[in-house]
Amino acid sequence: MKISKYINIKSIFAFVAIIGLFVNNLFAQATTVAATAVVDPEKNAYIPKMVTYYLLLFLLVCIVIALIGKILSVYDLTKKVQGAKEGFSWDKFNGILFLLFLVVGLYGTYWSYTVQGAQILPESASEHGVKIDAMFNVTLIITTIVFVITHILLFVFSYKYSYNKKKKAHFIPHNDTLEKYWTVIPAIVLTILVLLGFFTWRDITNISQDGIRNAIHIEVTGHQFAWEVRYGGKDNVNGRKNYKLIGGLGGLNSLGLDLSDKNNYDDLTVSEIVLPIGKSVRFTLGSKDVLHSFYMPHFRAQMNCVPGMATSFQFTPRLTTADMRDKVNDPNFNYFLLCAKICGGSHYNMKFAVKVVSQKEYDKWLAEQKPLVTAAMIKSYQESLAKKDTKVADNKIALNN
Amino acid sequence: MATLTLNDTHTAHHDHAAHGDHGHHKETFLNKYVFSQDHKMIAKQFLITGIFMGVVAMTLSILFRIQLAYPDESFPLLEMLLGKFAPEGRLDPNFYLSLVTIHGTIMVFFVLTAGLSGTFSNLLIPLQLGARDMASPFMNMLSYWFFATASVIMLATFFIETGPASSGWTIYPPLSALPKAMPGSGLGMTMWLISMVLFVASSLMGGINYVSTVLNMRTKGMDLWKMPLTIWAFFLTAIVGILSFPVLVAAVVLLIFDRSFGTSFYLSDIYIAGQALPNEGGSPVLWQHLFWFLGHPEVYIVLMPALGITSEVIATNARKPIFGYHAMVYSLIGITILSFIVWGHHMFVTGMNPFLGGVFMITTLVIAVPSAVKTFNYLATLWRGNIRFTPAMLFAIGLVSFFISGGLTGIFLGNAALDINLHDTYFVVAHFHLVMGSAAIFGMLSGIYHWFPKMFGKMMDAKLGYLHFWLTFISAYLVFFPMHFMGLDGVPRRYYAFTEFESMSEWLSVNKFITWSAILGAVAQVAFLYNFVYSIFWGKKTVQNPWESTTLEWTAPVEHLHGNWPGEIPTVYRWPYDYSKPGADVDFIPQTTPLSETMSSNLPHDFEGNEESERIQLDWEKENKKELVK
Repeated sequence: MKISKYINIKSIFAFVAIIGLFVNNLFAQATTVAATAVVDPEKNAYIPKMVTYYLLLFLLVCIVIALIGKILSVYDLTKKVQGAKEGFSWDKFNGILFLLFLVVGLYGTYWSYTVQGAQILPESASEHGVKIDAMFNVTLIITTIVFVITHILLFVFSYKYSYNKKKKAHFIPHNDTLEKYWTVIPAIVLTILVLLGFFTWRDITNISQDGIRNAIHIEVTGHQFAWEVRYGGKDNVNGRKNYKLIGGLGGLNSLGLDLSDKNNYDDLTVSEIVLPIGKSVRFTLGSKDVLHSFYMPHFRAQMNCVPGMATSFQFTPRLTTADMRDKVNDPNFNYFLLCAKICGGSHYNMKFAVKVVSQKEYDKWLAEQKPLVTAAMIKSYQESLAKKDTKVADNKIALNN
Repeated sequence: MATLTLNDTHTAHHDHAAHGDHGHHKETFLNKYVFSQDHKMIAKQFLITGIFMGVVAMTLSILFRIQLAYPDESFPLLEMLLGKFAPEGRLDPNFYLSLVTIHGTIMVFFVLTAGLSGTFSNLLIPLQLGARDMASPFMNMLSYWFFATASVIMLATFFIETGPASSGWTIYPPLSALPKAMPGSGLGMTMWLISMVLFVASSLMGGINYVSTVLNMRTKGMDLWKMPLTIWAFFLTAIVGILSFPVLVAAVVLLIFDRSFGTSFYLSDIYIAGQALPNEGGSPVLWQHLFWFLGHPEVYIVLMPALGITSEVIATNARKPIFGYHAMVYSLIGITILSFIVWGHHMFVTGMNPFLGGVFMITTLVIAVPSAVKTFNYLATLWRGNIRFTPAMLFAIGLVSFFISGGLTGIFLGNAALDINLHDTYFVVAHFHLVMGSAAIFGMLSGIYHWFPKMFGKMMDAKLGYLHFWLTFISAYLVFFPMHFMGLDGVPRRYYAFTEFESMSEWLSVNKFITWSAILGAVAQVAFLYNFVYSIFWGKKTVQNPWESTTLEWTAPVEHLHGNWPGEIPTVYRWPYDYSKPGADVDFIPQTTPLSETMSSNLPHDFEGNEESERIQLDWEKENKKELVK
């Protein structure tokens, strides 16, 4: 019964292999047909050769590895034949590798921290970001200490206690005191981190009514695959809008502004976000189609743009673009806004320029910006109003009749 | 009282099994290998399907890694293989997103949920508890076939005109709800949703089976506190799955309604492709709440079985009892409960009320405490052990390392204030690939190497296992460690290319390095696959208890038989971690050895307050001491 079972498995295996070959042939034919139909066959003629070359290379590596394996087992056997107590000790070998991994790994971590760590974002360009960075550093120091200590323990134990025939493991099922310590200490450290984080988070997200009122109001609307930005204008209020009006007014109303709201008429349209240094800015965020995420890494600012629900993020810039260029020693440095929530094929391509300048430069720039509501839009709006009036009037006549 | 009823069921089972052995029903190819109701065969089916899906998902990741490393180069081979998904040898941006999406979906659900839980829960629950089979073998079989169907549907999406789903494995609407938003949200998305509904059905049938088996079918003497940690982990995982997966189905059904029947659960105020949609009043944030109510427990569904397997493998190979068995169980229970109240940490910057953000941040950092306890217990288990480095043990130690590295970065992300700048960047990618991706995969591989003799009756080649481990371990760190720093530079995830942002060009060389490390990691898996297939057919035959382990599965014969044990089911007398007990002649005492046979090594706590036994032990000790004095 046992033998018949094996025959079964093998024959099934062979059968599957044969089917696989057939299918493979079919596919190969299909691809050659497709290739001739779509691409110039000459152009890709080298591909099969290339693939074969890499496969052969891979096989060669496999053979070398197999050879090494064979040599090792021969070495092992000869040692045993020669009457050595034991062959090659793989336990010792792996233990040593763990120790080596620890040393190289710790150096690699150090290298990463210094070399790649130097490539991370420069210091925060916003005031709340400074707090975030401080919080980050505290967390980084604590976690790095734990990371290093636990890994030293893990790999040193692995090395030191690797298998030895003469030894017996130490039977110690539990130790309540020790366990209490390593429950309570992480709990205390985490409580500190939680409290720090909680207060930082509340500082960033809880802004007083006054703080909101006095901030510069900017509205950012995401759509596939660009941003539309408008400033509140003289009244510092972004006027009402309605998504059903998008594309109206002869195709000019790209944001769906509701022109019956007077607040809309002084809103400004801009091609880059310019912010004055040291003044609080409140971004009101929205989306026309799918989720986007308003992300300005240098300002430690991120918030999703949700269709049907306005979200917001408020912060105060503390370094002008010029300041930052000095700090990072790069005359071409620029702040930017990007999309961080997957939103479709060109998700990776939603860059918007951001600049921080002095109050004087900001005032000058703001004065040059054009209103979002153009004369053509107003005209079209009035025409539609007039039409509606006549319609209403017509209806009334109809009703009266 | 409970034990009495239990014994009854066992005798009944025993009778049935005895009939089965004597050819009660004929074994055909179809009911042995295909529609098998035997838990060992179903475990193997889950395993092989899981490995296959894992290889597919890994290949997908190599494809998109090539794009990230060489955004400006053309690879005609890609066009040859992928056709219009890679015009002129460069991946299409939409197809790039499909690759990312399906890689995530397959890895999280098909490999690390079904492949891991499905395999080892099925194999070990009956064998380690002393049961003839699962509570419902038929449902167990259905569970596999629902999973297999779901897998086929998921893979089939590569062969449709508009390509597979492509809005990320979290499929946030409106992107996933509107076919106009991207090609992948058309038929590909519909099939993704159908596949997931089938998958959840499979996982529920499995979960219910696991829970009822653990609660009702333990052998005589196997009370809950004598169960191995693997069983505890599978049991709690199944509970998490049963409570959270239905929520995903609810969310998916609502999404299907939004997509096909014009409802507005997730949609509001949308203007797309030159048209304002009529949907109003829905909220995309609702999806995120429902999704992450499953999604976060899902992380633990993936991780807990891996931790259970590791506990078992580390104790066996360190020849030491697992340190703090009770603490390990309580921390698993703690993780189980807390996993349900932390989902909001995925949503700090999605427009959720900031106050809620604060609350979720507290619960999230609390969950770090049981995780820390587990880590320290693993370290203490290794301390003064006598460690045998089997491939399984290597992978278990690798898991502990990943669990530490990835867990620590979780402390950054769980902090709402820090998350503002880290959300959706490569820091997140690095974090979860270490703590749940690599750690769980290492748990699975550890389990495969450890229980391969149990599953196939053969040994895997250890040397190839070492090669596999070291290449995989090193390449995983080389791939994911640098990603942290990319994230700290504000590099967002799911970007097709970084060419639009000059400041990100400095990461191009790092991206190349990561891609080549990933390719090394992928090639290393060939060593595993070869070893796995070769050993099944031509491997060295195993002995009954190759690792000298104490648990019940190693008391069953190597040759599989329906009902697991030829005679009576073994009775359990002690906890599963009596390794290197002082006073014992061998360094392991199986759970089936009564305390009366090991008088020289019994310790006071072995008797659990049973005064009669304590008295007998004391008498024995007095007598023996006398002898010693003489």
